[in-house]
Amino acid sequence: MAYVAVKGGERAITNAHAWLGEVRRGDVAIPELSVAQIREQMSLAVDRVMAEGSCYDPDLAALAIKQARGDLPEAIFLLRAYRTTLPRFGASRPIETADMAVQRRVSAAFKDIPGGQVLGPTFDYTHRLLDFKLAAEGGHEVPPAPVSEDLMPTQLATIAQVFAHEGLLEADPVTDSDKPPYDLTREPMAFPADRDQRLQALARGDEGFLLSLAYSSQRGWGSTHPLCGEIRMGEVCVGFMPDELGFEIELADLPMTECIMLSGFAGSAEQAPQYTRGYGLTFGHNERKAMSMSIVDRALRGRELGEEGQAPCQDEEFVLYHSDVVEASGFVQHLKLPHYVDFQADLQFLRRLRREFFDAQSKAQALHMKEAAE
Amino acid sequence: MHAPLNLAELRPGFSEPVRDSQSAFRALLTATAQPGTVVELGKALSPPSGLNQAAAAVLLTLADQDTLVWLEPGLRGGAVESWLRFHTSCPLSDQPEHAAFAVLVSASLTSGMLSGFNQGDAKYPDLATTVVVMVPDLHSGPALVLEGPGIENVAEIAPEGLPEFFWSERADLVAHFQFGIDVMLCAEAALVSIPRTTRIQFKGE
Amino acid sequence: MIATEAHARPNAAPDERYYTYAYLDEQTKRMIRRAILKALAIPGYQVPFGSREMPVPYGWGTGGIQLTAAIIGPEDVYKCIDQGADDTTNAVSIRRFFATVADVATTEDTSEATIIQSRHRIPEQPLADGQIMVFQVPQPEPLRGLEPRETETRAMHAYAEYGLQYVSLYENISAYGRIAATAGYPVMIDERYLMSPSPIPKFDNPKMHMNPAILLFGAGREKRIYAVPPFTRVRSLDFEDYPFETQSWDEVCALCGANDSYLDEVVLDDQGQHMFVCSDSHYCADRRAKGHAGPMAGHALAHIETEIAVEEA
Repeated sequence: MAYVAVKGGERAITNAHAWLGEVRRGDVAIPELSVAQIREQMSLAVDRVMAEGSCYDPDLAALAIKQARGDLPEAIFLLRAYRTTLPRFGASRPIETADMAVQRRVSAAFKDIPGGQVLGPTFDYTHRLLDFKLAAEGGHEVPPAPVSEDLMPTQLATIAQVFAHEGLLEADPVTDSDKPPYDLTREPMAFPADRDQRLQALARGDEGFLLSLAYSSQRGWGSTHPLCGEIRMGEVCVGFMPDELGFEIELADLPMTECIMLSGFAGSAEQAPQYTRGYGLTFGHNERKAMSMSIVDRALRGRELGEEGQAPCQDEEFVLYHSDVVEASGFVQHLKLPHYVDFQADLQFLRRLRREFFDAQSKAQALHMKEAAE
Repeated sequence: MHAPLNLAELRPGFSEPVRDSQSAFRALLTATAQPGTVVELGKALSPPSGLNQAAAAVLLTLADQDTLVWLEPGLRGGAVESWLRFHTSCPLSDQPEHAAFAVLVSASLTSGMLSGFNQGDAKYPDLATTVVVMVPDLHSGPALVLEGPGIENVAEIAPEGLPEFFWSERADLVAHFQFGIDVMLCAEAALVSIPRTTRIQFKGE
Repeated sequence: MIATEAHARPNAAPDERYYTYAYLDEQTKRMIRRAILKALAIPGYQVPFGSREMPVPYGWGTGGIQLTAAIIGPEDVYKCIDQGADDTTNAVSIRRFFATVADVATTEDTSEATIIQSRHRIPEQPLADGQIMVFQVPQPEPLRGLEPRETETRAMHAYAEYGLQYVSLYENISAYGRIAATAGYPVMIDERYLMSPSPIPKFDNPKMHMNPAILLFGAGREKRIYAVPPFTRVRSLDFEDYPFETQSWDEVCALCGANDSYLDEVVLDDQGQHMFVCSDSHYCADRRAKGHAGPMAGHALAHIETEIAVEEA
C-alpha cells in the first residue's frame, strides 16, 4: 500500500479541534454537565486541580475539568496557564491552621487528644461496594447527616501544641519571616532547596508521584518510620496585608487539609532524641496528597538532620525536579511531535554502522574460506 | 526606609509602556549583541535632571520590583530617585555589591569603584551588576578599538568623559571571565553596550 | 508555498482580547529581557529564568515562545518552523498564536523574517545581520546525558571542567569508530562554555560559527535561556585524528534536486521504496519556483503544499 505524507497542519488542526469539541460533549441526547454540577459533585477532583494548579478558584477548576473531559492533569495545566496571566499583588500572611474550623481531625498517635477525634466526611470506613442507588436516574433523597448539639471548639490544639511542654517533638522550624518566601512560580528550582521551596514544590507536585515516593519510603527505600501525628481538614482564614494599609484584611476562608507526620530521631551530641516532623498541606480535602507530601518532606530533610540516604525519596534533585505533573506530562508527550530530522540523523548513522558490520563480516568470511582452502 | 515620593514635579515615563519598552529593549538587544554599535533609545523621554534619555530608557525597560538598583549618591534623594521609584517600583540599595543595576555619571567615577559592584558567582555569573554610566557623548573622546563576540572584525567608539583608570580597572575585572561587569554607556539618547566579553584597547596602542 | 510578501493576519478585535500584548505580562517580559542580555554577555552560559506556564505544553516550545514573546513587536516579521518546515502542525500552531496575540506579520520566507523560531533546524539560507533566531530547547544542559545532577553540571561549567564530555566522545570512537552524536552535537562557545545547540542535526552546527544573526535559546521546562551573539566562535567538539564531520547524502532532494540541503526520508510504500526531500520546506519550494527539479518533481508531496496555499489565499 502507499502512504500519504502528513502535510498541511493548518486545516488538520482546525478539524481536530472541532472533533475534540464533539467528543467532549458526547451523546447530545444526554444532558450537558454544568460547571456548578462539577464543582458540587466532583469536589475532590476540583480540590486536586486547585492544589496542583496552584490557584484557588473552584469555578475555574470545575470549568477546567469540563474542558479537559475529566483529565485532571490536563485540567491542572489549563488552570496553571490561566494563573500565569494573573497580576500579582503580593504574598498572603501565613495561615494559622490551629484556628481551622475543623470538619475532620484524626490522630493515629493518641487514642484521644484534646478536642477529640473527629471523623468527618471520609471514605475511610465505607465498604467499597458499588452503590447502585447512585446509578438510579433522577433525584434520590440524601438523608441529612445528624448534627451534634455540642459545638466544635473554635480552636483545636494541634499535635505540636499537645507535645509542646515536654519537648518530645521538635519545635516549628524557625523561618526568617522578613525574607520573602521562595516562589517557584517566579524563580526556577535551585539547589540545595530550603524548606519553603521544597514545600511549595511538593504542594504543587503530582499526587500520584508523591504517593508512590511515600509508599517506596514506607517499604524501606529511605524509610522514616512515619506515624501519623495528625490530619486535619477544614476552613482556614487567608489574610493579606497591603503595604499601604498596614493592617491585615481577610480574603477568604479556604478549605485545607494538613498532615503532620512524626518520625523518630535518635538525637546527636548536641541534641536530645525527639520526634521530628514531616509536613503536608493542600487546598481542599485531599488526605492522600497531604500524607504523601508529609512523608516525602520528612525524607528530604535528611541533609538538615545529618542522615545519609541514597533512596529516591531522599534525593531532593530527583524528587523536586520530577514532581510537577505539568512539566512531566508535557515533556513525555512532546515525543508525539515530529522528530524526523533527528530520526534521519540517527537512521543514517545506524545504516552506516550496519553496512560496516556486514562488510567486516563478509571480509572475515572470505578470509576464513581462503584459509580453509589453503 | 524611603522618603515619601514627591509626585508634584514628577516627569512622565514611556507614553506607551508596552510598545516603548519593547522597542527600547530591541535597541538594547542589538547593542549588547553587537558591542560598539551605537543605538538610539529614549528619544521621546524627558527624564528628570541628572538622568539622560538613554539611561532613563534602560531603567524603564529593565528595572522593576525584582531588581535592586544602586544610584550614585549624587542621584539619591531627589527627582531621579522619585521618578525611578514611581515608574519602576524598583527597590534601591546602598550596597553596590548587591545591585542588579548601577547608575552613575562618568564625572563621579572614582578609582576602585568598579570592583565594588557584583562580579557574579562562578556558578551564576549572570548575577553580575549591569553598570549604566552616563557620559557627555560617544564620539569626541579618545578612540577605542573593540574586539570579541558580536564584533566581526573590530569596532570603534570614542566616548567622552571616562577617566583612563575606568578602562584599566574594567579590563582587570573582565580578565577573570566568567566574572566581570557589563557596562552600558549612555549619552543623551544614544547607547553603547560593552559586555564583559569585549576586549578594548586605545587606538594606536 | 512561497510567501512573496509578508501578510498581516486578521487579528481579534480589541474587545475580544483576554490577554496582554504578546501574551506575557510586562513584568515577565522584563525578567526574560534581563536574562537575554546576560545570556549575550556570557555567551553559551545557561541563565536561569522564571519560566512561566504557557498555553502550550512544556516540551512543545514554551522556552522559544517566551523568548519570542519578550522580543517581538508589531514591526516584526515572524517565521516559525519545526523540523525545518513551516507547515508542520506545531509550527502552524505557534505561528498562529503570535499572529493573534502580537499583531505580527508572518512569513515562510527566511530572508524576509526578522524573527525565526525553530525546533530542530537552522534554515538552509544563510542568516543575515539583524535577524534573530529563536531555538526551542528541550534539554539545555549538554552534559545532562552524562551527569543527571544539575548541582554537578553547574560546577563543571563554572570551572570549565569538560573532561567528562571528551571522555564520552572518545568512548564513542572506541565503540563505533567515530563520534556517534548526530543531533544536539555539543559545541564550545568562544572557547569557554560548552553548549547544546538544541537537537539540530550536526549538519547545521557549522552555520552557527561567526554567523551574523543573534541566536537565542530558550528551555521553558528546564527554565534556562542562553545565547550566541553574532560573529562568535562556535566549535563542534572533535579530536585531531577524528575531526568533526557533517552528514551528507548520496541522494539529492527528489522534488527540487538540491544536493546541499538536509534531507528527510519519506517512506513511499511498505516495499522499501523511499524518497528524500529537503527538510527546509521554504528552501525547497523556492528552488522549485526558480525552475529546479528533482528526480520525482511531479510527486504528490509538492501538490499538497500547492493545494493548501490556494486554499489559504
